Amino acid sequence: MAALTTDTPDVKSDAPQETVTADTAPMLQVTDLHTSYGKIHAIKGISFQVNRGEIVTLIGANGAGKSTTLRTLSGLIAPQSGSILFNGSDIAGLKPHVITAKKIIQVPEGRRIFPKMTVRENLDMGAFLRRDADGIKQDMEWVLELFPRLAERINQKGGTLSGGEQQMLAMARGLMARPELLMLDEPSMGLAPVIVEVIFETIAKLQEKGITILLVEQNANLALGIADRGYVLETGDIKLTGTGKELLANEDVRKSYLGED
Amino acid sequence: MFNYIVSQLVNGVTLGGMYALIALGYTLVYGILLMINFAHSEMFMSGGYIGLGVLNLLSNKAVQAAVVARLPFLAFLQSARTFFTGSTIGMILMLLIVFGISAVLTGCLGMLTERFAYRPLRNAPRLCPLISALGISIFLQNAALLWIDNSIPFPSLLPTRDFGFGITPIRIFIIVTSLILLFVLDRFVSTTRIGKAMRATSQDQDAAGLMGIDINSVIALTFFIGPALGAVAGIFSGMYYGVVTYNMGFFPGIKSFTAAVLGGIGNLRGAMLGGFMLGIIEALASGFISSGYKDVIAFVILIIVLIFRPGGLLGESVVEKV
Repeated sequence: MAALTTDTPDVKSDAPQETVTADTAPMLQVTDLHTSYGKIHAIKGISFQVNRGEIVTLIGANGAGKSTTLRTLSGLIAPQSGSILFNGSDIAGLKPHVITAKKIIQVPEGRRIFPKMTVRENLDMGAFLRRDADGIKQDMEWVLELFPRLAERINQKGGTLSGGEQQMLAMARGLMARPELLMLDEPSMGLAPVIVEVIFETIAKLQEKGITILLVEQNANLALGIADRGYVLETGDIKLTGTGKELLANEDVRKSYLGED
Repeated sequence: MFNYIVSQLVNGVTLGGMYALIALGYTLVYGILLMINFAHSEMFMSGGYIGLGVLNLLSNKAVQAAVVARLPFLAFLQSARTFFTGSTIGMILMLLIVFGISAVLTGCLGMLTERFAYRPLRNAPRLCPLISALGISIFLQNAALLWIDNSIPFPSLLPTRDFGFGITPIRIFIIVTSLILLFVLDRFVSTTRIGKAMRATSQDQDAAGLMGIDINSVIALTFFIGPALGAVAGIFSGMYYGVVTYNMGFFPGIKSFTAAVLGGIGNLRGAMLGGFMLGIIEALASGFISSGYKDVIAFVILIIVLIFRPGGLLGESVVEKV
């Protein structure tokens, strides 16, 4: 904790420089982040970074703290300590709606679409903070091209969609906010392999479009296959890091997460 | 006989309008916080009291004299009195002021209770805010009792005429005003940006936050709208029955809560439908069976509806896939 308080002024004095060199500085810089649920210390001082244009993945087993990390980044849980710099400014502990306004968009675990709203209304909610009617219309066309299935069901209530369609809707809704950093929490969970393929193809397309992606996955094989870099989380701590290829080739990763002996 | 049925129906729709307005307060709060706001009946009461206070300030000679003696800068009210009480335009303007001030102040009271009695308990076990609400309810009733007498006559304001079928100016006024308010609220929630934010918040609070919706503002707004509508019903009740009392909220509160459940709690149109149904059932039951049995019959119907439709008449059951 003492180290933290001495760090903070440094970070502040660096801030102007960061904005000057915004292109080379990491988009997201997480430093010594701790998060707890009550007495459970879920995240034990992790540090990682995401550079502009990258796909970075956090992999790990159930309960390793992947979702907790994302929920802390999006403000759904307040961190205990540590800093989260986004484009040079500290966003740790801000409310979700403030963080969303900074174009950090989370597509939550379990889709969490609005079940009693139509597909169109759900997409509108994604653009809640935007006022550019023309831009919203363009993006609506774009996401419906990305997920043609949603176009077919545009006036259907969200709750009546299949699991895969709901995941597409959740992603499309996130994209309606025009994210700079898109955080996807377990987008493949519980979906048929065909749908998972569609979702991951889309993630690759989004990277081409210039959207930076932080991907949390249990399916390490898929995630590392698509990611530029990855971090392996184990019981709230980062155990390993490397490029996607390096991690895929790593013996420990193969044993623990890809089911090989 | 026909006359009698129609006049009972008119009475029922009048009561129904009041129930619907109050029921909306229960259903709005339940929809967003899954909490039954037991203090809501006291919002209705406060609305009646504040409305009467404003009315007296504008039109009651004795009250004005007493107030001006202490607060001389309010002397202009004395000269405005003849305008408010002497002409039709003055009367309409006075009603607007009375309803407006009462609704706004009661709405603020609602926001205050949320801020200090419910928000600190947002993550506490579900029973805690319920008990806090009961506390607020008891507090407000006793505050009203301490402050003024336990029952105060409310001037009737509107002319007492009967157009036949029990249609009187006060009933027309209550029915028309409540229908307008219900329509406006329905449009507000389904079409405006803020209304959509309210719906999103009621369906999934975390997800709504991730859309950029400020959850606390939405909840505060909900606690403004509900009590403001309740306040309108409170003034209606004062005008209709000619009296406000510190415990006037009790029965309308229970009835309106019932109406909200009947229609499907959490569903706005359900609360409106439930309110009118309950009012009409009650009026017909007291007209044809016995006024002593009207509540029995209303509640028996509630039980029957809930047996066959546990979610209420309009309770939606969208299947949520996991």
